[in-house]
Amino acid sequence: MSSSASTLARAARLYEAPVGKKAVMAISGVILFGFVLGHMLGNLQIFLPPGIDGKFPIDAYGEALRHNQPLLYGTRVVLLIAVIAHIISAIQLATLKIAARPVAYARYTPIASSYASRTMYWSGPILAAFIVYHLLHFTTGTVHPSFRDLHVHDNVIAGFSVWYVSAFYILAMVLLCLHLYHGIWSMTQSVGFSHPTYTPKIKLGAKAFAIVIAAGNISIPLSVLFGVVK
Amino acid sequence: MRLTLHIWRQKSPTDKGRMVPYTLDSVSGHMSFLEMLDVLNEQLIGKGEEPVAFDHDCREGICGSCGFVINGVAHGPRRGTTVCQLHMREFEDNAELYLEPWRAAAFPVIKDLVVNRSAFDRIIASGGYISVPTGSAPDGNAIPVPKQDSDMAMAAATCIGCGACVAACPNASASLFTSAKISHLGLLPQGQPERHSRAVRMVAQAKDEGFGNCTNIGECEAVCPKGIQIENIARMNRDFIAGAAAYREAQAEAGAG
Repeated sequence: MSSSASTLARAARLYEAPVGKKAVMAISGVILFGFVLGHMLGNLQIFLPPGIDGKFPIDAYGEALRHNQPLLYGTRVVLLIAVIAHIISAIQLATLKIAARPVAYARYTPIASSYASRTMYWSGPILAAFIVYHLLHFTTGTVHPSFRDLHVHDNVIAGFSVWYVSAFYILAMVLLCLHLYHGIWSMTQSVGFSHPTYTPKIKLGAKAFAIVIAAGNISIPLSVLFGVVK
Repeated sequence: MRLTLHIWRQKSPTDKGRMVPYTLDSVSGHMSFLEMLDVLNEQLIGKGEEPVAFDHDCREGICGSCGFVINGVAHGPRRGTTVCQLHMREFEDNAELYLEPWRAAAFPVIKDLVVNRSAFDRIIASGGYISVPTGSAPDGNAIPVPKQDSDMAMAAATCIGCGACVAACPNASASLFTSAKISHLGLLPQGQPERHSRAVRMVAQAKDEGFGNCTNIGECEAVCPKGIQIENIARMNRDFIAGAAAYREAQAEAGAG
């Protein structure tokens, strides 16, 4: 009895078990999903024409965010915690996965799973690398050719005029699409929600959100490259 | 029909193991997959070689003894079917087939295609039970059970514990098996007293056995010969999270059962 009681006490620490780690993945994932959705909607302001004062709406939006320090730093702290939780649980789950099958199959044929679901361990780390680059590119301007603080519109045009930078952004957004395609519905399953009526609708909604977010973001570098936005 | 078989041969748990090719002629489409292996083994014995070891018992798809991976799919190409109920007519003449055991750290190979599935027994022992008073049988209709709950519990209870879910999972997770066992008890009134502690204990035991985690990709339910659905895994997650979050130490020495 004592050994099973200690097993119980140990597992009771939610995070000890893989199910708890997946719940952390889900909760941090929903935060990050909410952010990429809002981020995409904010970015689409690049398509708005300048106001009567000649100022671009996206520049005014950038200034408004910069001057609302509690919102800006509150969001950054929440996102940082979510990203760290997401990455740490992913690494621990990947370690568990590797240990669970030491001898690989000579033949392994997936018959039901989506390409997106099987490549989460690839799309995730590449996206992490992309986010580091993206912050150095448009937030700090470290790797940007002509960065000027708070000149969002000009920075975007100059940044995406380099074709291989745009190509990397587009590739990253395709991977984001794949990651969200599986991730958005998967988190409902991880926290214990599944129902034959609602789950197929959630899966459909996940696909729609994944495609809309990726397409919305991809439209920006493409518009710059083809001169739609100047 | 004629077949080329690449079969995993491993003398003992400590042997490294390797794929060995065999050719087999005059295979009838009416043979079951295991009967085809019986024919191969007769020929191997005739030649003085060691026959291929594989698990089997009822050969009618209900005991859960048999199963191995055929060309990368647990229990082979026919859905909802164990290897013993798979017939050779499912395959083309001159087919090349790769036969491998369930591969998981928690399922060590005993010999060839036979793996040790005692880990499943230990998961059951950790929480797959209900506490009932002994004595005379209770009245069958004394406790009302909603029809949809009994349907879901019975669907989960069809799990035969073959291990195909673990074999098909890229993470070698036992989540489908564990959740089926948690569900068929946890959905019924008799399973309520241990519902949350059962989920906590069985999930913890599955991890201790060395099974991986679930990534919700759905390969398990696709190969399951009994059609167990991953909705059960969501139910397990729900009961585990509720049980683990609400866990508290026992307040008194006595009072159990």
